[in-house]
Amino acid sequence: MDAFINDRQNQILTKGKDDAAIACGKASVAGSVSQRACVFCGSRVVLYPIADALHLIHGPVGCAAYTWDIRGSLSSGPQIHRLSFTTDLKEKEVVFGGEERLYKALISLIDTYKPKGAFVYATCIVGVIGDDVEAVCRRVTREKGIDVIAVMSEGFNGTKKDGYKIACGALSKLIGTDTTFKAPEYSLNILGDFNLAGELWMLAEYYKKMGVNLVAAMTGDGRVDDIRKAHTAQLNVVQCSGSMIGLAKEMKEKYGIPFMKVSYFGIEDMSDALYEVAKFFKSDEMMEKARALVKEELTTLLPALTQYRQKLEGKKAAIYVGGAFKAISLVKALRLIGMKTVVVGSQTGNVDDYNLLKEMCDDGTIIVDDSNPNELSEFVKQTGANLFIGGVKERPIAYKLGLGFCDHNHERKEALAGYEGMLNFAKEVYASVCSPVWQFMK
Amino acid sequence: MFENAPIIKSTKEFTATRNACKLCAPLGASIAFKGIRGCVPIIHGGQGCATYIRRYLISHFKEPVDIASSNFTEEATVFGGGANCHTAIKNVIGQYKPEVVALTTTCLSETIGDDVKMYIHEFQKDNQLNDLPRFVTASTPSYQGSHMDGFHEAVASAVKTFAKGGEKGTHLNIFPGFVSTEDLRQLKYLLNDFGIDYVLLPDYSETLDNPIWESYKRIPEGGTPVSKIETCGTAAASIEFGTILNFGSLSGRVKNNKLSATGAHYLENEFGVKNYRMSMPIGVKNTDRFIKALEEITGKEMPARYKGERGRLIDSYADGHKYIFGKKAVVYGEEDFVIAMTTFLDEIGVEVVLAATGGESGRLEEQIRENCPERGEQILAKNMFDYEKIREWSIENKPDLFVGNSKAYYIARELNIPIVRCGFPIHDRIGGQRIKHLGYSGTQELFDQVVNAMIQYKQDHSAVGYKYM
Ligand code: SF4
Ligand code: SF4
Repeated sequence: MDAFINDRQNQILTKGKDDAAIACGKASVAGSVSQRACVFCGSRVVLYPIADALHLIHGPVGCAAYTWDIRGSLSSGPQIHRLSFTTDLKEKEVVFGGEERLYKALISLIDTYKPKGAFVYATCIVGVIGDDVEAVCRRVTREKGIDVIAVMSEGFNGTKKDGYKIACGALSKLIGTDTTFKAPEYSLNILGDFNLAGELWMLAEYYKKMGVNLVAAMTGDGRVDDIRKAHTAQLNVVQCSGSMIGLAKEMKEKYGIPFMKVSYFGIEDMSDALYEVAKFFKSDEMMEKARALVKEELTTLLPALTQYRQKLEGKKAAIYVGGAFKAISLVKALRLIGMKTVVVGSQTGNVDDYNLLKEMCDDGTIIVDDSNPNELSEFVKQTGANLFIGGVKERPIAYKLGLGFCDHNHERKEALAGYEGMLNFAKEVYASVCSPVWQFMK
Repeated sequence: MFENAPIIKSTKEFTATRNACKLCAPLGASIAFKGIRGCVPIIHGGQGCATYIRRYLISHFKEPVDIASSNFTEEATVFGGGANCHTAIKNVIGQYKPEVVALTTTCLSETIGDDVKMYIHEFQKDNQLNDLPRFVTASTPSYQGSHMDGFHEAVASAVKTFAKGGEKGTHLNIFPGFVSTEDLRQLKYLLNDFGIDYVLLPDYSETLDNPIWESYKRIPEGGTPVSKIETCGTAAASIEFGTILNFGSLSGRVKNNKLSATGAHYLENEFGVKNYRMSMPIGVKNTDRFIKALEEITGKEMPARYKGERGRLIDSYADGHKYIFGKKAVVYGEEDFVIAMTTFLDEIGVEVVLAATGGESGRLEEQIRENCPERGEQILAKNMFDYEKIREWSIENKPDLFVGNSKAYYIARELNIPIVRCGFPIHDRIGGQRIKHLGYSGTQELFDQVVNAMIQYKQDHSAVGYKYM
């Protein structure tokens, strides 16, 4: 490990060898090719799926150009979120300020696209040139009669996690602003699902079958007006604890809405997510329905999985994803198809997450926080992994080294959540690990 | 169920850029620096810039693209990025053992006035005893220009940093501009077949398009060695593709920095290396011009193989001309790419109706007029266009075909017309980095694609379908 950056030693541990807790939540070391992005990225991914809002990125062109339509978050109606709007600041604004340009940009966009609300993202340079973004947003809110919310997400101001917090702050400005709506009995909000490849629709369907009503999804297939009503739900179910848990906590304090953490990946976690909700509402009928649903799904799913399990038994996987919570589900889901996790890491996990991972994994498993291509490739080699699960940035590393890959990030186009998703996951893993092409790369 | 974006009059003005048809400067600089052997680029700014840029490039090249970041924090933003820069260089050297470290700035580091050259100087002073890599920098604030400005800035900076004078040689400098990895390989084959000694800068034909690896390589093989760049100053001549390059009037760069020039321009002024500046060799006319320049400079004759290629290309022009004559095409992307592509389409009878770019030189129109004798006058040439403007214009003007990168796919889909993917980026197909554009053989592939796109469209929309053309 000589060539690794020394400062990072305590962000890597091997189960069974290292007893110390992993160091995490640190800023990345300068000069590393981190797989992490910035504060802005964190805010952008959380708010992005709100489909009837205008998302305007205030800054030079790059930050907007690179995030144009990058997520697979689907909308059942408006598609304004898939457009990339930027004030595209030039030298002149950098010297004299960009407030006027921001104002004009907002007005013409709102007049044309008639969004239900607007988010204005401040990127690095805006923090330096000192534009009063909030003042411009207040002014446009007054003039146009829609909520225009400043998202102060200057990239240098922390990590992606801080970006999540800022995005949650923006959401909480909307929540509670619909004062007339009354939620029906048994209603909840889904937090932390972004409707990648239509996953939210699948979940909403499961809940509907149990007799549970969805008030607001944050933010998958999200709508401004639904978010305004979110405070009326009786329960928040939170997935991807990294990005939305803060909002759930805040809503508990402010509106007394309890929350539960769930995961929709893999059979166990998905079923638990349904049972826990039924338990919460203390309805036997609902529990019956949930059991029936799970039973029905499993009668088709389990036999379908067998053939994949047979092929994949004993193969080894390396996981490197954004949130550690997802990593935990993946370890379980892999187990279900006979695979063993030999490397597991995340960009933004916390100590609890890593402790849990350590408990779950076998001895010898390498656990890592905020890794980089050099390290990841080294780990994969050391452990002889057959599969890598990660995001687009890890894909070519896996392929270069001749191992299978499964995309499990914001940009994927396959639904991997729920029962259907579990089958897709098995198929995808199988298609990659068992492809004959690897024979040419040994 | 899915709603398309509203249909807006193309004459409506927006202050905002909507779906930008350009990228930011450090992206271009990073690509160029990847074309130097053993080079690791560091983007001096926030972590997001580097991560986004890597992701964008990876999706096109389908390769690991290691670009480090100096990871600006709030502290660095207030007190300057010197310490971060220092640590970044140290860590990159420790991890990669690079031959060259290339620092490229961002909007952020430029705005707070970081002096990267000085940081490097200090680093060198502090580490005098160690065997240090070579350093090169590019000043690339995106509010002064697009990714192409960044690209040319990086090439020029590498030349200015490394080129030396001395006794004249017989070798040529080739500055291809931003072309595909396959284009770079084709150029090398051509120059080798010609028997010409050359310096190709940048050359990311391998670094960004590697074969599979036995073991992970921290720095991919390939690229132009610094020792070669050093000889640029003694070359017999330079050939530079592109006529816009970084000579933009709107980007602010030239106005602010009179020294700014391309690598070839600098070599001409500094060492008297004659510069042949020309459009990218796409199409018969543009390629002829390039070959003629090679013949003129070296006194050698075009190898027989290329005569064959040229002959077959022209033969196919005859075979395919009817299917494309008068078809209306929209061409978009980087300025020099758009000019060359428009010239090619003009010479085969396709009517380019809109030539659009997000670039800001303000010279696109003039160059299109100059290069397209058939219909140049009628082509609408637009600087500072974005994809939504292209969309709105196209909805009103109903073109038959899109020619350019994959980002306008959504418009072609809405209009239900074919798109011939070429240029950068190709994010929705495999092999985008391997698309051939240059020379007779590159033109051949483009020509076949354009013709077949029109034939397929007709075939698909015919009531009966047909088995012969
Ligand atoms: S700050 Fe500038 S350099 Fe960084 S991504 Fe944005 S436009 Fe590009
Ligand atoms: S670090 Fe700053 S400039 Fe770079 S992408 Fe993030 S917000 Fe944009």
